[in-house]
Amino acid sequence: MSGRPTAWRLLTQNAVVAFGLGLLGVLVLIVLAAPVLPLLDPNVTDVLHRLKPPLFPGHPLGTDQVGRDILSRLIWGTRLSLAVGVIAALTAAFVGSVIGLSAAFYGGLADTLLMRGIDMLMAFPYLLLALAIVAALGPGLFNAMMAIIIVNIPFFARGVRGGTLSVVNADFMAAARLSGLTNLQIIATELLPNVLPGIVIGVSTTIGWMILETAGLSFLGLGAQPPQADLGGMLGEGRNLIQVAPHVATIPGVVILLLAVGINLVGDGLRDVLDPKLKSGGLARTHARTAAARGEERRRGLTPAGSDARLPLAVRGLHTQFTVGRQVYKAVGGVSFTVKPGEAVGLVGESGSGKTVTALSIAGLVATPPGKIVQGEILHHGEDLVDAPMARLQAVRGNSIAYVFQDPLTTLNPLMPVGEQVAETIRRHQGVPRAEAWRRAIALLESVRLPDAAARASSYPHEFSGGQRQRVGIAMALANNPEVIVADEPTTALDVTTQAQVLALLNDLRRERNAALVFISHDVGVIAELCDTVYVMYGGKVVESGPVADVLQAPAHPYTQRLLACVPVLGHPDRKIEPIPGLPPATNALPDGCAFAPRCDLAEARCRSGSIELVAVSGEHLARCVRVAA
Amino acid sequence: MLNSYILRRLLLIAPVLFGVTIIVFLVISLVPGDPAKAILGTFATPEAVAQVRHDLGLDESLPAQYGIWLFNLLQGDFGRSYILHKPVIVEIMARLFPTLLLAGVALVLSSVFGILLGIVAAVRQNAWPDKVITVAVLIGISTPSFWLGILLIFWFGVRLAWLPVGGMQEMFGGGGVWDVTRHLVLPSCALAAVAGAVLVRLTRGAMLEVMRQDFVRTARAKGLPERRVIFVHAFRNALVGIIPVIGLEAGFVLGGAVYIETVFQWPGIGRMLVSAISTRDILLVQGGVLVIAFAYVLINLLADIAQSLLDPRIRAG
Amino acid sequence: MSGAVLSTQDVVREFGGGRRWFGTPRPQVRAVDGVSLAVPRGRTLGIVGESGCGKSTLARMMVGLLLPSSGAIEIDGASVAELARTDRKALHRKVQMVFQDPLGSLNPRKTVQQILEAPLRALHGMERAARRERVAELMSLVSLRAEFAERYPHEFSGGQSQRIGIARALAANPEVIVLDEPVSALDVSVQAQVLMLLADLQARLGLTYVFISHDLAVVETISDEVAMMYFGKVVERGPRARIFADPQHEYTKLLLASIPGARQKT
Repeated sequence: MSGRPTAWRLLTQNAVVAFGLGLLGVLVLIVLAAPVLPLLDPNVTDVLHRLKPPLFPGHPLGTDQVGRDILSRLIWGTRLSLAVGVIAALTAAFVGSVIGLSAAFYGGLADTLLMRGIDMLMAFPYLLLALAIVAALGPGLFNAMMAIIIVNIPFFARGVRGGTLSVVNADFMAAARLSGLTNLQIIATELLPNVLPGIVIGVSTTIGWMILETAGLSFLGLGAQPPQADLGGMLGEGRNLIQVAPHVATIPGVVILLLAVGINLVGDGLRDVLDPKLKSGGLARTHARTAAARGEERRRGLTPAGSDARLPLAVRGLHTQFTVGRQVYKAVGGVSFTVKPGEAVGLVGESGSGKTVTALSIAGLVATPPGKIVQGEILHHGEDLVDAPMARLQAVRGNSIAYVFQDPLTTLNPLMPVGEQVAETIRRHQGVPRAEAWRRAIALLESVRLPDAAARASSYPHEFSGGQRQRVGIAMALANNPEVIVADEPTTALDVTTQAQVLALLNDLRRERNAALVFISHDVGVIAELCDTVYVMYGGKVVESGPVADVLQAPAHPYTQRLLACVPVLGHPDRKIEPIPGLPPATNALPDGCAFAPRCDLAEARCRSGSIELVAVSGEHLARCVRVAA
Repeated sequence: MLNSYILRRLLLIAPVLFGVTIIVFLVISLVPGDPAKAILGTFATPEAVAQVRHDLGLDESLPAQYGIWLFNLLQGDFGRSYILHKPVIVEIMARLFPTLLLAGVALVLSSVFGILLGIVAAVRQNAWPDKVITVAVLIGISTPSFWLGILLIFWFGVRLAWLPVGGMQEMFGGGGVWDVTRHLVLPSCALAAVAGAVLVRLTRGAMLEVMRQDFVRTARAKGLPERRVIFVHAFRNALVGIIPVIGLEAGFVLGGAVYIETVFQWPGIGRMLVSAISTRDILLVQGGVLVIAFAYVLINLLADIAQSLLDPRIRAG
Repeated sequence: MSGAVLSTQDVVREFGGGRRWFGTPRPQVRAVDGVSLAVPRGRTLGIVGESGCGKSTLARMMVGLLLPSSGAIEIDGASVAELARTDRKALHRKVQMVFQDPLGSLNPRKTVQQILEAPLRALHGMERAARRERVAELMSLVSLRAEFAERYPHEFSGGQSQRIGIARALAANPEVIVLDEPVSALDVSVQAQVLMLLADLQARLGLTYVFISHDLAVVETISDEVAMMYFGKVVERGPRARIFADPQHEYTKLLLASIPGARQKT
């Protein structure tokens, strides 16, 4: 049950990588078979037949300046170059890894000294250092290989040290220590298996370089010595014949190129498979807006908007999906809600309930790929934002619909003064000159009570505390007096006391300016305090909605009931906490019927099939449960 | 603006340069066998060997040798070349400018084209420009620069005869700027191709990575035009990771100059080093390596300073 | 305090100090600044504080992962620092830890079986057959199906991973478990499951807990005694009921007033 078969399959699935593997495989097979192939002796000269072109009888690739068979020399030379490259890469990787591992694991003075030494070596252009070493040791293939190994050790040492450091501080290392493992056991069973993929990537991506570098030294006459020849040496011999017999220099170059292409393709493939960051197409570029199905397909089954068309925001029948590989994650599966002027609407749910994706869908900010709006519309005063022209959508974003995001550290541009980040959005939508925008930005920063706003507007995000950064985020959202502010867990990353201040501020300012609020949170308490209307989400659907007081005090859906029952409430420590058994559903495998049914102790047969609609509990209070309808 | 980061970085240069001299000195003095014999050949008289040993200071202890060597170095005395019969510093000075010119042009070419193509590939990810660029990059990083140089000579110099194939003997030999430029085209392109390919790849990856960051989403949420999102918000952040690599590329280009100068017979330090190694002209090798290493350290200093000017977090230390 | 199984006396931990090359002196930070606490056997001490107050540093010192700059921590009358230096295995048979990030505390390259066997072998020298039996027992203690033991951590959800983390701590058969924000990364419905599991285990096994959290309501639910930390110091401590009903320190009052639900009701 090791991860290898899957990694191998992943590797060969990619057509490009498979091509590299094939290319490399053929080359390796040929050079391995060199002793048994019917080749001429690579070192036998025949001056009568010198510099014969390719396809000359008896010499398929022709002969060189002393009449030696190029094909034979080529195969033997490739064998030599490949061996040297592999040995050099493995040796440098081994020594460098030992240095990097020990430096990172033991830390302290050993680390400092080793790394200072490495820094010094890296202060040289590495080819030059290799030349100096060859100069000292004298020309020759072995010395050239030693030189290449020595100059590559620092790269491995530094890379492995970095990789190790990120593992050394992981909690599971502490856990292993607490499990009573010795240092040696920890290195062998915890550290090494987690650092090894990085080393393998390092080796596979450097073998190519190593071959090019040793070929280079041989080319200069400092590596393989005549009559023995590796690819670089053959190239060097052919260099001066380029005018009379171009094939002598061209052929070995082509082989080096093919070899390096094969190795690089396989190396890239290995990296994609082994580096978790690159898995599942993680490095796809996000587009300027969320992709959407075409109009008529998307609006199928929707009733005419009616009075919803006059509202600042009406989300109608929204379905947003993510396609990853062959899996389709139905993150949002038919969400409808409306926002009246000045109203505060809360979306509450656990992770995976679809609340954030709903919020981001409003202004087309769901990352595409892999996200796509497949059904429903988002009306802003009757205008469907999903297929509004790009320029129109951009005119709405940050202007009449503005966002406050979760983590204020990552959502602000680290390289731009905060004042400029606010001023930028003012200039964009109000078209005022720079100085005026800056003045207004400072006024906004003052209004969010950023201390010493005029001076600190020129500071960068990292110079502020989390709470202050979120104040900047709020100032940015308020900059153009939006009609609707969408706040996606704006205080989750903050401490309790800061959270209270930031929430109060956000609420006061939006009331002052009469902006509506769409507030996304997992915290029922925050929603209760801030919102007029609440939508409880589960498995991508709204399971219950209505005025906050009704829903939270008399929940009708079993999920809402159970959710409220498992939240500890301050001041009621003896209230029994009743956990909900099981796990929230995965949105790529939602059950038929009610998504909560598998965890619900009231579930019956009819809960598990068909589609269950929202029905009125009383007035505006709706719930998606068969027991309410009855 | 001389802030505390730049000041600290400038001060750190001294120990690095010091370390560089130690390494160069050690590598060269650990030569197996007697350098004096190596210089004079196998049939030298013992007296001559002793004389050369004394000239080289080899009869002193290793630290003392280093002290004397460093002291001389600080006064610009790199020793004498026994082969060329002139001071090392004179030979190096004559060849430094051509090398720096070649490497500098190659570095600028590779950076400009590397970054531009990298952005294009990232912005048009998976479309045809990206695919073409990706294949070109793969070939670029897999091609030995010296072989590329030979091919360029063959096609543009011999077959098409558009450009001179080498033979740049005197930098200021009367041909003027135009002549130097014509001689520079092929070698700098050969040198820049591989370095540029590495940068394309890096820039593409960095841009894709940055484009996924939360602050890019914020920029879009503010209604900024995509052009501004890409160039002002994403690219500047990507550049923070790219600049240090340009510093490393300088090392690649300075090292690669050894091949290219040899192929194109460019009168620079690289070609000097190759012939000095084959003639075992140890002091000349020592001086050449040292000067190029110094240049490299200084370029990296500039890269670090440029990075700190771009990123306030680095300035804060 | 009589019956205290774990106690700290004026514990201080400093970080930083020294100088950089050619740089300004690095600021020295007192992450924990003179903390004295005692945990009675079989009870739960809740430690509450906001980010950066030093609660995690304190937790790591209690289990011997960090050594105090000054002051003493004792477990069962023996010095934790001393044991950490001389007999780490004895220390870890007495005190264990559960971490905040459920997935980060499990080695991604080991199966659950391997993770749970490590303390059984290293700390208790158990034989292969005995280990297998004990792992099955531990899995059932934390309500996980026995066949899950063959899986790798990434196949589990956050709540399940945290159960494995708890099982790993239990494998050492400790007297005290230090829980560093064990439910902060979990959704509320899963958080409740883990809280109930912890209460259940304490009742069955007579465990002593140090429960560290920023969430006042959670701490109120699970703790017998509560200590409030602020900038490395314990500013207030006492029985749970007293702290929440009648807070004395200004910071405690501020924290209580900041809870969304709390303000609504007043």
